[in-house]
Amino acid sequence: MIRRLTLAVSIAAALVACGEQSTETTPSAPAAPASSGPTVITIDGSSTVYPITEAIAEEFQLANQGKVKVTVGVSGTGGGFKKFCRGELDIANASRPIQKLEMDACAASGVKYFELPVAYDALTVVVNPQNTFLSTITVEQLKQIWAPESQGTVTKWNQIDPSWPDAEFKLYGAGSDSGTFDYFTEAVVGKAKASRGDYTASEDDNTLVQGVSQDLNALGYFGYAYFAENQAKLKALAVVPVAGGEGVLPSEETVISGTYTPLARPMFIYVSEKAVARPEIKQFLDFYFQNVSELAREVRYVPLPESAYVLIKQHIDENKLGTVFGGEPATAITIEELLKREASL
Amino acid sequence: MAVSDSLRATISRAKRNDLIFVALGIAALLFAASTFVALFLDMVGDGLSRLNPSFFTEFASRRAERAGILAAWVGTFAVMLVTALVAVPIGVASGIYLEEYAPKNKLTALIEININNLAGVPSIVYGLLALGLFVHTFGLGASVQTAGLTLALLILPVVIVATREAIRAVPGSIREAAYALGATRWQMVSDHVLPYSLPGILTGVIIGLSRAIGETAPIVTIGAVTFIAFLPPSPVTSSPPFLSFDWLASPFTAMPIQIFNWTSRPEEAFQANASAAALVLVVMTLLMNAIAIWLRYRLRRNLNW
Repeated sequence: MIRRLTLAVSIAAALVACGEQSTETTPSAPAAPASSGPTVITIDGSSTVYPITEAIAEEFQLANQGKVKVTVGVSGTGGGFKKFCRGELDIANASRPIQKLEMDACAASGVKYFELPVAYDALTVVVNPQNTFLSTITVEQLKQIWAPESQGTVTKWNQIDPSWPDAEFKLYGAGSDSGTFDYFTEAVVGKAKASRGDYTASEDDNTLVQGVSQDLNALGYFGYAYFAENQAKLKALAVVPVAGGEGVLPSEETVISGTYTPLARPMFIYVSEKAVARPEIKQFLDFYFQNVSELAREVRYVPLPESAYVLIKQHIDENKLGTVFGGEPATAITIEELLKREASL
Repeated sequence: MAVSDSLRATISRAKRNDLIFVALGIAALLFAASTFVALFLDMVGDGLSRLNPSFFTEFASRRAERAGILAAWVGTFAVMLVTALVAVPIGVASGIYLEEYAPKNKLTALIEININNLAGVPSIVYGLLALGLFVHTFGLGASVQTAGLTLALLILPVVIVATREAIRAVPGSIREAAYALGATRWQMVSDHVLPYSLPGILTGVIIGLSRAIGETAPIVTIGAVTFIAFLPPSPVTSSPPFLSFDWLASPFTAMPIQIFNWTSRPEEAFQANASAAALVLVVMTLLMNAIAIWLRYRLRRNLNW
């Protein structure tokens, strides 16, 4: 009986305590700024840019012994810009330039921003390593394979090139929510999001790696990092940019020289003007551009030349806000062209 | 003679059917169990080598061998704490009200139907609700408290239904006996119904929590971060009043998010990390269920009607 009583009492006590707890939870919250306290730097956005920013954030916090805190989320480029333009983020990771609608959203809420290119990625077209007939592919052929009109009609290798075998190919590509999908369709088919639908689509690139490595007639595309980590299981194709040209394999050199085109793409971070006013953000950005060359290479991206980072950092010092792309999708931009555009800001 | 023959035939047919059903049942059970065992063993095989103390005390890192789950397990723990503190009192009180106090009318029936339906709503819907309500309208941000409240909403129907089932199992004669001795309704509930139904309620609560602990969709929707190398502020401080609720507003990550992030990495070594973290999550869930079973056993032993 005593035991039962104590039980009842302890439950009642727990109820009371919990009641207090939960009433305290809600009203106390608005007072505490939840997303961006004074020493937390909030970053969100593209999953493609994530590895670079994560590496920087990790090293930055080690160097600072945790005095400045950084959080990095993965909402995708579009999701990141949505939060960024609502003023919820300090920095947005983006695997493509900001688009018109997003610029309008930022303008409407008064969020001004610095556009800072940080590195290049080489979208890589891959086939099964046992595929003997393919080592080079033209952009025109890729377009034939991936165009929306091809769905259901172009299904065999020899429909693209009569010398290729009479076998059905199987396609693997990015899911329609990713910036990678937007870029590949824009660069290859000529219109963002225009792609056939009868292929294995996944936001998880490891699924695509598995698929291509186990299927003799597979063809797929994803970011260079996933090819670099799985070179034994995959074969990258050299891409011929214009008819009659030479095939070019993705690598740091071909991205820097601008010959790997149109599948080399710049990646950006967008920093809000308000955030830059905070000393710890300035410190973070200084650290970012000091270390991005080394760390980008470590996570298998292609860094920009050192001179480029000096130029880009000047945007902040000289208060050059805004984008150089005017809200238009940009494909086949070499590093040289990018820097020319950045210098014109 | 003819009658007993046909009877015998019927019996043997029934026995055969019986046998077929048993065989089918065992086959189904074996299929389910061996699938789980195969997956579990695969996970253990992949992840066991990464399970060392530093795996639990290190933050996430871009280097697989340096990466740990500190932020993830602390985040999961903090979120679960908020979830339990919110869902249990509200859920149990709702259950008691509906079972012992509510008048049997159309409004009560409507509430009951709604609660039963809520239990079947996909978790992503709770995430979207929380994004609109907690994150944007109330401005709570992508914090521990938002995640805790979201998961509390998610398991509230489970807790309410379990509480009601447990209360319903208390015999009516107990209530009548309490009334006969002059107890008020609240005395009857708090002195008798609640202690007797406690094992059932606790089971429901823990089943609810072990559902919440593995939820990914709602906490991704409210914007939990992926990389975080610091812990929420400590709830105990060195200066008066010695208690701080700042941890409620802290950004966080959770086990399922960490696991998902690791499986989608290009480097093969992270797959082992993901398996190890998944193993930890499975063990956490099994532990919670084990606690539920143990509590039920212990508390039931004290009941003697």
